Amino acid sequence: MDFALFVQYALSGITVGSVYAIVAIGFNIIYCTTGIINFAQGEFLIVGAMTAISLAEVAPLPVAILGAVLITTTLGAVVELVFIRQVRNASVLRLIIITIGLSIVMREVMLHIWDEQVRSLPYFTGTEVSTVTILGAHISPQVLWVLGVSAVIVAALTLFFRYTTTGRAMRACADDRMAACLCGVNDRWMVTLSFMLSAGIGALAGCVVSPITQTQYDMGAPLAIKGFTVAILGGMGNSMAAVAAGLFLGLLEAFVVSVLPSSYKEVAAIVVLLLILVFRPSGLFARRDVSALRAA
Amino acid sequence: MQTRLAAILGVLILACVVPLSGCKKSPEAPAPEAAPIKVGAIFSVTGPASFLGAPEAKTVQMFAEKLNRSGGVLGRKIELLVRDSGGSPEKAISLAKQLIDEEKVLAILGPSTSGESLQIKSICQEGQTILLSCAAAEEIVVPLASYVFKTPQKDSQAAQWIFNTMKDLGITKIGVITSNTGFGKGGKTHLEQMAPANGVEILVNEVYEKEATDLTGVLTKVKGAGVQAVVNWSIEPAQGIVAKNMKQIQLDVPLFQSHGYGNIKYVQGSGEAANGTIFPCGRLLVADSLPANHPQKALLTEYKRGYESRYNEDASTFGGHAYDAILILTEAIKKAGSADPKAVRDAIENLKGVVGTAGVFNFSAQDHNGLGLDAFEMLTVKDQKFAIYQK
Repeated sequence: MDFALFVQYALSGITVGSVYAIVAIGFNIIYCTTGIINFAQGEFLIVGAMTAISLAEVAPLPVAILGAVLITTTLGAVVELVFIRQVRNASVLRLIIITIGLSIVMREVMLHIWDEQVRSLPYFTGTEVSTVTILGAHISPQVLWVLGVSAVIVAALTLFFRYTTTGRAMRACADDRMAACLCGVNDRWMVTLSFMLSAGIGALAGCVVSPITQTQYDMGAPLAIKGFTVAILGGMGNSMAAVAAGLFLGLLEAFVVSVLPSSYKEVAAIVVLLLILVFRPSGLFARRDVSALRAA
Repeated sequence: MQTRLAAILGVLILACVVPLSGCKKSPEAPAPEAAPIKVGAIFSVTGPASFLGAPEAKTVQMFAEKLNRSGGVLGRKIELLVRDSGGSPEKAISLAKQLIDEEKVLAILGPSTSGESLQIKSICQEGQTILLSCAAAEEIVVPLASYVFKTPQKDSQAAQWIFNTMKDLGITKIGVITSNTGFGKGGKTHLEQMAPANGVEILVNEVYEKEATDLTGVLTKVKGAGVQAVVNWSIEPAQGIVAKNMKQIQLDVPLFQSHGYGNIKYVQGSGEAANGTIFPCGRLLVADSLPANHPQKALLTEYKRGYESRYNEDASTFGGHAYDAILILTEAIKKAGSADPKAVRDAIENLKGVVGTAGVFNFSAQDHNGLGLDAFEMLTVKDQKFAIYQK
């Protein structure tokens, strides 16, 4: 394999991996505050992208994306208030199953609003055919957008969770809800807030990846499955690790394709996931002692 | 508990037997000649293949309404019973049984997909009900079943057109990428079998997931093999992604797609990147640029205008396949002079020179598709519009 081809495989891996990573970030927020895996995360992505596509017909692109993020954030709040909050004696498992039901309902509603056609947002810079050349290989500028937006989201989340009172309160709820309540944290609103944040970030992710993946009403589930895999791979609850794990999985898949028939790339991904679950159950990048403490 | 189960079973058995025995009486009584002719249709109006089934259902409804307004066929109206299979072969089976056993239809139009058509092929044959499939797979009419016909062009003819064009361009080394669907698999088989005889070598032959959202990895492999052209055989959304990804990794060789590319929306999906794509297709998409003396010109422009003004969306070749199915049926009824299944079936085998949207149909006892190689035209995309490919 010559060098340019090697770089091309690497860039292809980064393209796929950046999409996995940005999806995985959304999973982490709700998990952080509630312990719930939100299986409707993929649908938040598609709702965001579809809303932006509709708005882009009447408004400039940045306005359309901003509008879509706001609308989807509101949707996240409504979902939490109507479905999650009303469940009495909610076990985490029950709530997770509710999110699966929600994903099905949202998918069907989207089918009625936006029909079955494949759509996409325009490329943020350049067009379908523009490329950036790196070391003799080529990559779409949209991939740089995805990476950039992921980086900004991760940085903003880290600052938010570490340095703001609200962010700290959300983390406190995740650690020990009772103790947080006793300290005066309104735990219910923290859960609502986490759904809003995760829906908003999902919508932004959906918009940024839309030019690459295109958008169709039933595309949320396959995207979410990969995002979920990546979130586990990196260690649930850690956004920075999710990005690293996403890129790792993307690169792995790309280089598997270079030596094996491409139908085997999913096998490689699953084998790696199984190995990680067996040997490092708390994730690739989690510190063992920390997770052992949490488990205790 | 057991008695209850037995009671439920008993009721179920009764429920199955009663309506059947009730229905059996009706064909014995001679139907008055003015009674409508019942024609069934099974299309995947919803579900993943809705881009096929929805225009098909709309087309047959439009056709039947127009026909009935002008007095129907043999003075009898056509009563159309359109059913939605959602693209599921299991549902298609039960719908076919219902249409044959309960509704006693003369013929079934559709189904939309190859998988469904193959599943109900034997049911229609046993029930002596004419099946006019709108799906592509060759296996629908090979081996031959006397009551089963199909209207779209064959996969192997599409592959032959692609190879012919490659010969003109002097292309001998290609990469083939297909999706892991029934359609993709069929195309892969034909391309593999026909390549040696056409002097073409397949250097890379890859299958990808139908949900794939990025194909730069597979295409990098194709690029590394140094091919002169890429053939992609799949349906949406991969068709659009291939075109974009090739441009993005600067794989500057011609891209060939299958006859499943015949919808302008796919072109719009990949924007500028779609320009230059070459694919075999029926002439519906380029009806306006056909010469005035072309035998299909009048029919194609009329269907296209009618469909587009009524439903306010672009006509696609898929709706055209359903148009051909109902057209062939009515022509055969006229020719047979009756609506007897056996007589109409015989009449279809003797239909010659029927101008449809896919081409000119010449059926025979051996050929239940009736289309020749000339039913295809090589098309290309120019400025994000379909145009006839010029050598």
